[in-house]
Amino acid sequence: MDRDPDPKLAQYAHPERLVTTPWLADRLGSDGLVVLESDEDVLLYETGHVPGAVKIDWFTELNDPVTRDYVDGAGFAALMSDKGISRDDTVVIYGDKSNWWAAYALWVFTLFGHPDVRLLDGGRAAWLAEGRPTTTEVPERRPREYPVVERDDSVIRAFKDDVLAHLADPDGRPLVDVRSPQEYTGERTHMPDYPQEGALRGGHIPGAVSVPWARAAAADGRFRTRAELEGIYQHEQGLSPRADVIAYCRIGERSSHTWFVLTHLLGFSQVRNYDGSWTEWGNAVRVPIVTGAEPGKVERR
Amino acid sequence: MTGTASDDLPEALAGIVDDFRAMPERQRLELLLEFSRELPPLPERLATQHDRLEPVAECRSPLYLIVEVDPPATPASPIRLHFDAPAEAPTTRGFAGILHAGLDGLPAADVLAVPEDVPQRLGLASAVSPLRLSGMAGMLFRIKRQVREKAGVPGAR
Repeated sequence: MDRDPDPKLAQYAHPERLVTTPWLADRLGSDGLVVLESDEDVLLYETGHVPGAVKIDWFTELNDPVTRDYVDGAGFAALMSDKGISRDDTVVIYGDKSNWWAAYALWVFTLFGHPDVRLLDGGRAAWLAEGRPTTTEVPERRPREYPVVERDDSVIRAFKDDVLAHLADPDGRPLVDVRSPQEYTGERTHMPDYPQEGALRGGHIPGAVSVPWARAAAADGRFRTRAELEGIYQHEQGLSPRADVIAYCRIGERSSHTWFVLTHLLGFSQVRNYDGSWTEWGNAVRVPIVTGAEPGKVERR
Repeated sequence: MTGTASDDLPEALAGIVDDFRAMPERQRLELLLEFSRELPPLPERLATQHDRLEPVAECRSPLYLIVEVDPPATPASPIRLHFDAPAEAPTTRGFAGILHAGLDGLPAADVLAVPEDVPQRLGLASAVSPLRLSGMAGMLFRIKRQVREKAGVPGAR
C-alpha cells in the first residue's frame, strides 16, 4: 500500500509506520490491506469496530499459553493464516488507550519481521471521535498461507541478562522506565488499576530515567509531534538516537509504545523492549533496585 | 467442578454460572457482552453524589460501586447494588452486570455467604484471561465488605 503523505507524519523518522484516520477511511476494503484491532478490553471490538477490521487479542493470542513468552514461528504463522493475513499484506493496527495495546501487537509483529505493519495514529478513540463508521459485523476472511518465520529476539527484545549487562557497563547505557512516577519511586508495586501484576519489591532499575509512556501521547491519543517528542526524549532526558536503549514497564506493553516512539518516530537505531519488565525484575532474587525519585546507581558491595 | 460449580450459590447467580458453563467458549464472550448491555445506569440521585461510590482498583477501567442496605444494620435486609462503568469498558461492565443480575435484591446475609471464587467458576479464564477476571473478584470483595458494614455484620476481616 502507498504511504500516508500527511505532513505531520512526514516529520517522523519512519512515516511509513503510521497512518491517519482519513488515509485508512479511504482505503478500507482494499486488497492487500488488513486492519487489526488490539485492545486492552477483550470485548471492545464486539461493541463496534472499524468496518472490515479483525480482532487480535494480546493476551489470549500473542502469548504462549504455558511458558511466559510469545508464540513461536509456527504459532504466529497459524494465527496469521487464521486471520487471513499474508506476509505481503499491509497490516494497520489500532486500539484503545492511546494505542497502547496496538503498539504491543505491532512490536510482536516486528519480532516476526512482518514487513509492512503500521499504527493508526490516535487509535480507536480518534476514529470514534470523528464519527467514522463502525460495525459489529465480524468479517469472514479466508485463511491465507503465511510462512513460518522464526521469531528474532535479538534486535528489539531485551532479557534480564541484557539489562544486567547494561548495568555492568562502566560508561552507562540508558534505561528508560515508562511506568507511573509512583511505580518508579517504589511507592507502589503495581499500577493503581493492576494489582494482580504486582511485584514483591518496588522501585526501579538502577540508573533508569523516568519517562512515563503517556507523555508521548497528546490529549486526543495521537502521538505528539516530532519536535515535541525530541524535546522530551532528546533534550530533556539527553538520550542519543545512537544509544543502546532498553525500555521497560510492568509487562512490556507500555514500553512497546515508547519503543515505537523512539524507533519509528524519532529514528533511534538501537532500542529494545524488556518485556520481562518489573514483574520479572521486582520479583527476581538479588538484582539491584533503587527506590526514590533519583535514577541512582548500582551499589557495589 | 462439573455439577458442583453452582450448588452453593444463590439461585440467580447459580443460573448465570450454569448458563456460562453450558456454552462453547466463544459464545461465553457474547453472553458477557449481553450482561454489559443490561447493566442498569447509575440512578440520578447517586450520579449527583458520586463521591459516595467506591472505586474498584482491580478493574482495568474506572469502575465505581455502592451497596445500599435498607433498612440498615439488618442482615435480613435486601441489598441494592449500583455501578458506574464507562461504555468503553464492556468487559468490566459485563462483570458488573453479572453481579447485579445475580445479587441485587438478595438479603444481605445471603450475599455475604457467596464464595469468593465465583469469578473463576464462569469458565471465562481462557477466553478473557485470568488477569482480566481479577477485576470481578475485586468487585465482589468490595461488595461483600460494604454489605458487612452496612448490614451490621461484624467483620471477619
